[in-house]
Amino acid sequence: MIRIENVTKQYKGSSRPALNNVSLEIEKGDFVFLVGASGSGKSSLMRLMLREDIPSSGSVHVMGENLVAIPSRRIPYFRRKLGVVFQDFRLLPSKTVAQNVAFSLEVIGKSQGFIHEAVPDVLAMVGLEGKVDRLPNELSGGEQQRVALARAIVNKPAVLLADEPTGNLDPATSEGIMALLERINLAGTTVVMATHDRGIVDRLQKRVIEMREGEIFRDQRSAGYQKTQTDSHPVGSWNLAVDQSWNLDGNN
Amino acid sequence: MRFGFVFGEIGHGLRRNVSMVVSVILVTFISLTFVGTASLLQLQIGQMKSYWYDRAQVAIYMCTEVSPADVCAQGEASTDLKMAVEDKLKSPVLAPYIKQYFFENHKQAYDKFEQQFAGNSVAKYVSPSQLNETFWVSLKDPSKSQIITESFSGVAGVEEVRDQRSYLDQIFNILNAASIAAVGIAALMLISAALLISTTIRLSAFSRRREISIMRLVGASNFYIQLPFILEGVVAATVGSLLAAGAVISVVQFFVQGYLATKLPFTNFVNLNDALLVSPVLVGAGIFLSAIASGFAIRRYLRI
Repeated sequence: MIRIENVTKQYKGSSRPALNNVSLEIEKGDFVFLVGASGSGKSSLMRLMLREDIPSSGSVHVMGENLVAIPSRRIPYFRRKLGVVFQDFRLLPSKTVAQNVAFSLEVIGKSQGFIHEAVPDVLAMVGLEGKVDRLPNELSGGEQQRVALARAIVNKPAVLLADEPTGNLDPATSEGIMALLERINLAGTTVVMATHDRGIVDRLQKRVIEMREGEIFRDQRSAGYQKTQTDSHPVGSWNLAVDQSWNLDGNN
Repeated sequence: MRFGFVFGEIGHGLRRNVSMVVSVILVTFISLTFVGTASLLQLQIGQMKSYWYDRAQVAIYMCTEVSPADVCAQGEASTDLKMAVEDKLKSPVLAPYIKQYFFENHKQAYDKFEQQFAGNSVAKYVSPSQLNETFWVSLKDPSKSQIITESFSGVAGVEEVRDQRSYLDQIFNILNAASIAAVGIAALMLISAALLISTTIRLSAFSRRREISIMRLVGASNFYIQLPFILEGVVAATVGSLLAAGAVISVVQFFVQGYLATKLPFTNFVNLNDALLVSPVLVGAGIFLSAIASGFAIRRYLRI
């Protein structure tokens, strides 16, 4: 579903590359936590998967598209197959909950009939049935993130990228968002979530990719926020398809 | 394509930037009015040229008793000298170029003079013998006056050969200069219109950057993102160019035809048909210019 090979990203005017020879593969239906300190390269990696940016070298394939070579007029069509949510929700303050979700369908040319059917459905799924006509500033942070999630998944994307979706939320509200993300994942959507939230990563025990200084420091299945020796299993031992070039130097 | 959405966005953008949109409308209005006026002036010059040039004659002024001595040493041109000139006009060398000619004697020249200066005291001081006897020559091709000028300049008894077109040319030069000035002003104003349109569009895009970033995120095509902005510039410029077309048409209808044509009844002025010919060109130019300017502005603003 997502394959990144030997990717290096060097920003102009910086001596150390933001990503240094990173390779990883994410299968269909995976739920992956991307962890690491600020500046470790998580965001750069997310930007590459969104085709907000291209790597200095190496290749990025998402959903069968070669994102290094994709012509710019096809980028919008690629993004329609992808859902994204952010820490700051990015809702339109002048539009109601339903209009915010409908907007994302209107601008990709969906019919009014489709919108009338899909929007209430997806809002019900995220638990906002009663609030369709509220404005974003009348909602709590958790509710706003639910709207953003509804907008991200209304078009049934194969991949959902979530950049610190719980970063602005209290732990209890975060639990609700995580439950929603798990449901989305169970329905078959691949979820990649960048996070600093130790509690969530430890509790869910999903695959964890830890970045340090632009390199993959650790890539483990069913892991917690911090590296453990006994309970966790390096991805390489579970998944025989894993490329040997993966940087697993943390698993000695 | 959902037109309702696109038109909604255009309306939104126009309302949000009312003052900029009004200035775009005014600048396109004024600049295109200048363009329209300049092109009508050119049409007017063309019409007057074809009318007057056909009627312009070459005058061969014969010497009079008061002519300056350096060209008319013998004083008043004698009958023989006049005959010589007439023979030369009839000669096979010149005859093919000449449509017709006629001779104007002192008496006829004086009658014409009196008529032109009727009521003017200058007529009292002029006697018929002071006015040149003249061969008026109409050419088949008025632009070949050179032939007559060269054949008769310096001939005994001839004071001066003068192509009437040289007087007309002065008038046309003035009109031409006026239309060039109008075009120059129009060009400057069109440049500022284009810059103003691109600034307005950029402002509009900036005030809607949240919408734009979400549109890009959910995969709206570039065309879909850019179209409302481009059309926003086009709508504003179209209003301006329609006003310019209206101004040009009313200037022709009410000033040229309604005022000038009644004051100067013997001149052939540009009419409503000419104005109706120029107007769609103005509107087309306005639309084209604004589409280019706003398309360029939004493309630079909205890189993927």
